[in-house]
Amino acid sequence: MVGGERRLSGQHVAVAVRGMTDVLDATVGSGSRWLTPLRGRHGPTGLLLAAPLVLLLLVVGYPMWVLLQQSVSGPLGWNIFLELLASDVTRAVLLRTLLTAALVTFVCLVLGYPYAYLLTVASPLLRAVLIVLVVLPFWTSFTIRTLAWVVLLQDQGMINNTLSTLGLPSLSLIRNVTGVVIGMAHVMLPFAVLPLYAAMRRIDRRLVDAAVACGASRRAAWRQVYLPLSLPGIVAASVLVFILSLGFFITPQLLGSPRNALLSQLIYMNVTQVGDNTTASALGVLLVAVTLLLLVALTVIVRILPGRTPKGAR
Amino acid sequence: MTDRAFLKLTGLLIGLWLVLPTLVIVPVSLNPRRSLAVSWSDWSLQWFQRFFDDPRWLDALTTSVVVAVQASVLATVLGTMAAFALERVTGKFRRVLDASIATPIVIPVILLGIGIYFAFLRWGLAGTTQGLVLAHAVTALPLVVHPVSAALSRYDRSLDRAASSLGAGAVARFYQVTLPMIAPGVLAGALFAFIWSFDEVVMAIFLSSPRQPTLPVLMFNSVTQSVDPTVAAASVLVLASSTVVVLLAMALSRKGARSG
Repeated sequence: MVGGERRLSGQHVAVAVRGMTDVLDATVGSGSRWLTPLRGRHGPTGLLLAAPLVLLLLVVGYPMWVLLQQSVSGPLGWNIFLELLASDVTRAVLLRTLLTAALVTFVCLVLGYPYAYLLTVASPLLRAVLIVLVVLPFWTSFTIRTLAWVVLLQDQGMINNTLSTLGLPSLSLIRNVTGVVIGMAHVMLPFAVLPLYAAMRRIDRRLVDAAVACGASRRAAWRQVYLPLSLPGIVAASVLVFILSLGFFITPQLLGSPRNALLSQLIYMNVTQVGDNTTASALGVLLVAVTLLLLVALTVIVRILPGRTPKGAR
Repeated sequence: MTDRAFLKLTGLLIGLWLVLPTLVIVPVSLNPRRSLAVSWSDWSLQWFQRFFDDPRWLDALTTSVVVAVQASVLATVLGTMAAFALERVTGKFRRVLDASIATPIVIPVILLGIGIYFAFLRWGLAGTTQGLVLAHAVTALPLVVHPVSAALSRYDRSLDRAASSLGAGAVARFYQVTLPMIAPGVLAGALFAFIWSFDEVVMAIFLSSPRQPTLPVLMFNSVTQSVDPTVAAASVLVLASSTVVVLLAMALSRKGARSG
């Protein structure tokens, strides 16, 4: 399997992709993994790969190129990016998007870490139940899950009705950042739990026992041995949740408001209501640029962080 | 040991938090009044009846099924081809291939939505079923490659040699030996791809024709544009059927990973 060391180094997007692989692993079967390659077999490899790769290039690669091309096709040319960054609206939306994504990531880590840890120590039956509980929502339509939150959070919704029955003041839980964070954290939690679980499964728990045997307290052993060993999982989970949150659309659209729009909503508005495809494309390119920039920054931070993963971690 | 008990309790609470809120949609669908709220006193099945009476909802369901079936078939064929090819690639090139196939699921879906929409506008594919099928199939590739690869990695290669020594050609070997052995993995991939396409809404908002929205698009529109509790009934139907399909796919892919 992929060692922790390699997980942290190099290819930034690859971290997210691996996180996603962990998610798929858990969904698809406990023992599954990408294939161990067979050497020396010859066959129509190129031919078999050609069709999927060409379609990927046409349906995913080319559209990303179109976005870049279209964003600089307006009268402003490349200056459109400067123009956007100079605008108060865009800056506010960008900042709100980053903060929301960071909050969602934080909530998902806080809830996901103990859950993933429990998965590694639970009995097989409990583990199976907990896995189903996390995988089922992953496959449940985001629209339906968000719709349920609309029912719960709205002003006359279940939570506020319960509060008023108890004689408590009602809370403003929808059409603001609170609602968006609650809904998004709910949708994103599986994306945090599964990479964390994949990393924790590879930790040799005897190392913690060894630390205790050497005189460390339980807490110190956990903090100085287990936590650093689980760092690759934390990185994979945060990167994945953060990236997906940055571009998430359905949940903010239904639980947020136009006044509190996130970047994805601004893009949507530009295409569907304003009809300004140039600005929409430029905002899209901006989203990619910000994402990549943050991933590079994160990789650098993780590199200089103390407590790197020992090579022996399974 | 109290620590362990506390951990278990926390875990179970988080697990319930993951699943329970969604189920609130069930009582909402039974509410006789025209609001997205829960009513404890009386109930009715009128929103379900409305779903099956209203051609708008039924057409959307049909469109979704048609798109999802086609996308699933296309993704399964392409994904199985890719999984077979990937098995023979090693080293750095292999990592690049793995990453490129998995890339669609880490690109923000709003970007896929508008990017593919703009590209398809140029090719005259925007607003067509074929365009939506293509977009869903390509983005579902990793969901197929993964379970098929898992099944292939458990596949005993000596069966290939045995078939060859008995005179089977490459085609016969694939259809009569390999495919039946990895069938659970392939079927799981097909089901995952089906669910992916059936539930996907953001790309569908941009790519589906305004006259022929898919079910998720119609649901999204009816929440944002009106208060029509039929959407709750639709949600319950989708929730129930997709849960069954996912549990089936999970069971199949585990089986494929174990035997095979």
